[in-house]
Amino acid sequence: MELVGYGRVSSKRLDATFTALADPTRRAILARLIAGEASVVELAEPFAMSQPAISKHLKVLERAGLISRGRDAQRRPCRIEAKPLAEVTGWLGRYRRLWEGNFARLDALLDDIQAQPKKSQRSKRRSTRHESGGK
Amino acid sequence: MNQAESKSKLELTTPGDREIVMARVFDKPRQLVFEAFTKPELLQRWLLGPDGWAMPICEVDLRAGGAFRYVWRNDADGREFGLIGTYREVVPPERIVHVERFDDPAMPGDAQVTTSFVERGATTTVTMTVLYESAEVRDMALESGMDRGVSASFDRLAGILG
Repeated sequence: MELVGYGRVSSKRLDATFTALADPTRRAILARLIAGEASVVELAEPFAMSQPAISKHLKVLERAGLISRGRDAQRRPCRIEAKPLAEVTGWLGRYRRLWEGNFARLDALLDDIQAQPKKSQRSKRRSTRHESGGK
Repeated sequence: MNQAESKSKLELTTPGDREIVMARVFDKPRQLVFEAFTKPELLQRWLLGPDGWAMPICEVDLRAGGAFRYVWRNDADGREFGLIGTYREVVPPERIVHVERFDDPAMPGDAQVTTSFVERGATTTVTMTVLYESAEVRDMALESGMDRGVSASFDRLAGILG
């Protein structure tokens, strides 16, 4: 059952996860949370950053579903959430990256093929012109 | 990922428990895109998967009942794996239905792949629907991909972060 749920990954959700993971501070926050839950104050400590700046990063992580915040109004401890990470690092994420790579190559190949006949015609014309000009 | 997005976005969904559906728009005429999906000399230039792999063998007998075989080889260590299949329906340049399986017995069973090419103005939308034999087979594919599970994902993440 978990697998079926796991398979239903919207690309929007994956995009949010990738965006959240693209920032080194947010990755460092996640690395810290792998060791266990922590408050904003505790998370801000190792970084040369204000608490509001850290809070901003936490919001991005929370929106991506990568972390959740506890209900304790004072401390609101952050903990890491397994599922979105599994989506990115797991099978469907790998599948997506594999095909995105394939299709990016295909885009380049199709551009090449379309450019080729024009190029050869142009170079033919140019060389003809060059010959006639050389006479 | 942003690079791929800037050009065109891959829509990846799993609408049923036996399926994976991929859709991608190409800003090219349908005939050209269809050829890229069916001509060996073109397939060998893009259907390569992760970096560091080449496709030294690509055989295509493009007709209903015809077979195809792709073999990929790792540039660094020479590892190889193959995908073999049979075409069930070939309607150039609109639609291909084929059945495929990896030649590795550890990989899950047959998948039926329907590839449709729809032209809209100057663009072509390619939609690939991968349908596994059963929910079990797709789950096997999920599980084999998930191998060591979520904790392994954390290990990998920690590796990336480290």
